[in-house]
Amino acid sequence: MAKLIGLTGNEAIAYAVKQCNVDVVAAYPITPQTIMVEVLSEYVYNGEMDAEFICVESEHSAMSACIGASLAGARVFTATASQGLALMHEMLYIASGLRCPIVMGIANRALSAPINIHGDHSDMMGSRDCGWIQVYAENAQEAYDWTIQAFKIAEDPRVLLPVSVNIDGFILSHSMEGVEVLEDEEVAKFLPRRKPAISIDPDKPITIGALCLPDYYFEIKFQQVQALKESFNVIREVNREYETLSGRKYGFIETYAMDDAEAAIVCLGSTAGTAKAVARSLREEGKKVGVIKPWVYRPFPEEELIKAIGNAEALAVLDKACSFGAPFNALCSDVIATLYRYGKNVKVFNCVYGLGGRDITPNDLKLIFNDALEVAKTGIVREYVKYLGVRE
Amino acid sequence: MVRLQDLPVEELFTSGHRLCAGCGAGTIMRMTMKALRGPTVIVNATGCVEVATTIYPYTSWKVSWIHVAFENTAAVASGIEAAYKVLRRKGVWDKHVDVIAIAGDGGTFDIGIQALSGALERGHDFLYICYDNEAYMNTGIQRSGATPHGAATTTSPAGKKIPGKPEFKKDLIGICVAHGIEYAATASPAYWNDYITKVRKGLETNGPAVIHVFSPCPLGMRYDPSKSIEIARLAVQTRYWPVYEVERGKYKLNIKVPQPKPLVEFLKMQERFRHLFQPEFQHELETLQRWVDENWRRIATLCGETA
Repeated sequence: MAKLIGLTGNEAIAYAVKQCNVDVVAAYPITPQTIMVEVLSEYVYNGEMDAEFICVESEHSAMSACIGASLAGARVFTATASQGLALMHEMLYIASGLRCPIVMGIANRALSAPINIHGDHSDMMGSRDCGWIQVYAENAQEAYDWTIQAFKIAEDPRVLLPVSVNIDGFILSHSMEGVEVLEDEEVAKFLPRRKPAISIDPDKPITIGALCLPDYYFEIKFQQVQALKESFNVIREVNREYETLSGRKYGFIETYAMDDAEAAIVCLGSTAGTAKAVARSLREEGKKVGVIKPWVYRPFPEEELIKAIGNAEALAVLDKACSFGAPFNALCSDVIATLYRYGKNVKVFNCVYGLGGRDITPNDLKLIFNDALEVAKTGIVREYVKYLGVRE
Repeated sequence: MVRLQDLPVEELFTSGHRLCAGCGAGTIMRMTMKALRGPTVIVNATGCVEVATTIYPYTSWKVSWIHVAFENTAAVASGIEAAYKVLRRKGVWDKHVDVIAIAGDGGTFDIGIQALSGALERGHDFLYICYDNEAYMNTGIQRSGATPHGAATTTSPAGKKIPGKPEFKKDLIGICVAHGIEYAATASPAYWNDYITKVRKGLETNGPAVIHVFSPCPLGMRYDPSKSIEIARLAVQTRYWPVYEVERGKYKLNIKVPQPKPLVEFLKMQERFRHLFQPEFQHELETLQRWVDENWRRIATLCGETA
């Protein structure tokens, strides 16, 4: 019998980590992620979880310790947000470059300056090219489910890459929802002890992190490109296996009412929940709108996106982060690049929204849907990048 | 104190690496490996030793060795130590693993001091060795927090107005001891048995241990590569580099220098100090001698010796 318990997004990830038999957690507190590490500390200090909790002195050291522990063969978790992720930036590339299957929970938050503790995607988007697999959850249930799957994906010898599970700061990190959790034994069976393909086993001496000059560096980076490509198959397999276990179906993209949609919103994370509700009410008015929510942002699921778009003629792509000076913002750039690659002529406009945690309301989304329908009808995009609700 | 016949013949740090001729750090690494007592993992910060010993696909290390970055050696070592601890507890791993973090002075005094402080405070069981060649030699001789007063580097040049580095060297061991760690020591490769004994002692310490070893650098200190050990000895004989250890807060002077040689004997062999011998900067020589005298008095007093 599935157990339904009340958990915040932070708690849901921590609960999953406990069930995943994680060996080492190295983390540093930062709002709005802090509760994740507090809950994990409680598990360890109460003997509910047999792990070493390293209370490091910075996020940079958190990721550094995770890399060391991961290369020693341990299953490793950390969590952060915002400035913490920015401070880790250097180590993110090393974690993926040294092929460490670390899993990290991120309660996405705006980046300074000005300082702001609320949710947007600036942190992860600022590090989106770091070679990590990046997943965005819409609610606490998804955060729980993806965390368990993340370890299995990361540790697969065909992948060996770190994975970040992103939840919207405060909106998900601090909101309590009913989460259906698996039994400990079920998770243990789904995710057996990690068998490291490479480790710094002192009995089999190895040099890891050598200096690679122009004669080898490129090939090693190319292996990461291939591993991310290979991860498509692994993610698919893991999603299928998890569905058998939990009854919950995951993939690269979730679609809502896309079958005959003329216009759609593409967005990440919790905003998709609101967008679905708005789409439902617009459908009742006879407006053919739908929602496309990528779960997996890296590797970017191009094929699945094209399939999801179907016959829609206009897309409003929502970005909760700014790519300053760029023609489009992060998610929108990827969507447009995908359309170009597949030769698909769909009109696209980009909405930057919610920076620094500013609310996005059902009414905002209704207006965006209507704009998108107008673009679908006329074929004319009046404004390619909008900054939703900003006071000029 | 370890004797020559006690040392293993096996070389776990092999020849063929690309360190400069006369590099003190290479000698120190070889000596370090002679002190191992079992399964060991080396964590190496970015720096001379790292770039010159592991140029892919080659390696000089016959033990497991890992390099992650410059400023985080102690943090990486923390993760490795914690991993083996929990894997042993869970029955996945069956033996003790010694973890040795190795970093230069830049990676220790400057960019790595936060990670080192954190790891010492948390009490991880590891040995941290700082080989101190007193500047960023790997990037072409820039001043660090370990560069002595007056030394010329490319970022503290012997200018017409400012004759080399105006600031003085940080007290690394003082900083480490302030964390309440069980073992901290200084050493010089000229006194190989003292150094190797200390490495073993550091490994045997339960918890963090730190060794700060003088690493002569022909390129950056600018002297004849054949003189490295001589310089390392003079550093001690002039009282420039007091060799002492701190065990559970108790200081002990390991090499007594009852009749110190004048500091200028150490300085004049190195071109990084050459400008100080010009008449207008003579007073800097006195400043340096005074610093050495005061530092020695401070250490000797802590060691319960009369200076």
